[in-house]
Amino acid sequence: MVLFDKMTKRLKDPIRAGGEGIKTWDVAIIGSGPAGLTAAIYATRGAASTIVLAGEAWGGQLMLTTIVDNYPALPGISGPELMQKMRDHALKFGAELVAENLTAVDFSKLPFKLTTNKQKLTSKSVIIATGAQTLWLGVPGEDKLRGRGVSSCAPCDAPFFKGKKVAVIGGGDSAMEEALVLTKYANSVTVIHRRSEFRASAIMQKKVFEEKKIKVVWDSIVEEFLGEDKLQRIRIRNIKEGESKEIEFDGVFITIGYTPSTEIFEGQVELDEKGYIVRNSKLRSEISKLGEYRMSTTVPGVFVAGDVHDYHYRQAITAAGFGCMAAMDALRYLEGP
Amino acid sequence: MSIVVVKDSDFEEKVLRNTSPVLVDFWASWCNPCKMAEPILEALSEEYKDKLIIVKLDVDQNPNQTQKYDVMSIPTTILFKEGGEVGRQIGFAGRKAYEDLLKKDLE
Repeated sequence: MVLFDKMTKRLKDPIRAGGEGIKTWDVAIIGSGPAGLTAAIYATRGAASTIVLAGEAWGGQLMLTTIVDNYPALPGISGPELMQKMRDHALKFGAELVAENLTAVDFSKLPFKLTTNKQKLTSKSVIIATGAQTLWLGVPGEDKLRGRGVSSCAPCDAPFFKGKKVAVIGGGDSAMEEALVLTKYANSVTVIHRRSEFRASAIMQKKVFEEKKIKVVWDSIVEEFLGEDKLQRIRIRNIKEGESKEIEFDGVFITIGYTPSTEIFEGQVELDEKGYIVRNSKLRSEISKLGEYRMSTTVPGVFVAGDVHDYHYRQAITAAGFGCMAAMDALRYLEGP
Repeated sequence: MSIVVVKDSDFEEKVLRNTSPVLVDFWASWCNPCKMAEPILEALSEEYKDKLIIVKLDVDQNPNQTQKYDVMSIPTTILFKEGGEVGRQIGFAGRKAYEDLLKKDLE
């Protein structure tokens, strides 16, 4: 069997002889959300030596959620439990997972160099699955009052607002979900949105409109968060009428979107104007060999998966799917022509 | 060495009147970032055992101290020295953030 032979050959490779006493992995996966962990499952099952740089805070965005109701076959599972299962699954097939943060990469030559807060390592291929993080508003008072009434994670912080008055900023599915979680604790929840309609899915909007504790303030943006040791008031401006007013709130949850976690890759792979990693499609004609790899970045041997390149679907299941694709591409790349 | 548990009832004695600096980890069983912070705080508690004590307080069972210090997000760790707050880390930002908090305020 050809495949078997190739794998055996790879396993017999001195995989830990990367020169200078540093081991060289077949696949280094950066990130430990659904994309990274699914990639780890496929890479290890393809007999590639695989390390996952999981970060000190592993598991990605799902660790900050409660119930996940749209992951096939696991309705009602909690986000953290889903990630624990994925992690156990990846470990079962031999992935090495380290709770270390990446501090630098060098993709300019092979093997690729990666530095974490604890070690230097080298790898023949890399899968970037660092995901995305909360986008903050960047208005006055936000930084100062973060964790003191200003939050981006209702499942984490909602219990502190029992019987209180809270606001949610945003109009997507995440904002609807945060508002609904908050109704279990807060007395009143006000969703503040800059447009006159939500972009959330119909089913989420319906739930929000049916919930008596939730009211909506349309066409309004936040100008400032006010308070000394904790949040006391939010100044909002109605952009249609141009009027500003201050409203008292005990807490505010910001869910206006996400920004890709790609700072560390600047200058290493091509990013788009919003910082998302660009897949190789542009280069397809120039580098025909690369064109075969759907999940390749602009650097051969460096692949991408999940929210760090995908601002369109952003689901646990699509991230997992992209992780699978990236790992299959990486395995094929390692086998060579 | 595991981390000592403090409560509303013995907070004054074990934290505020302690002669050594005390780092209090405000946490809850439902908080996942708190679980990630736990092994790091345990390691730091061993490494810094000559300089300070690290303790934890369950926010669900001890609402008085939680409210007194305006803890509205967890994990929150507050460093106390001679009965007063000298530094605070809100959220889990990894080992370095805790080390920075301790270094900055102990030296």
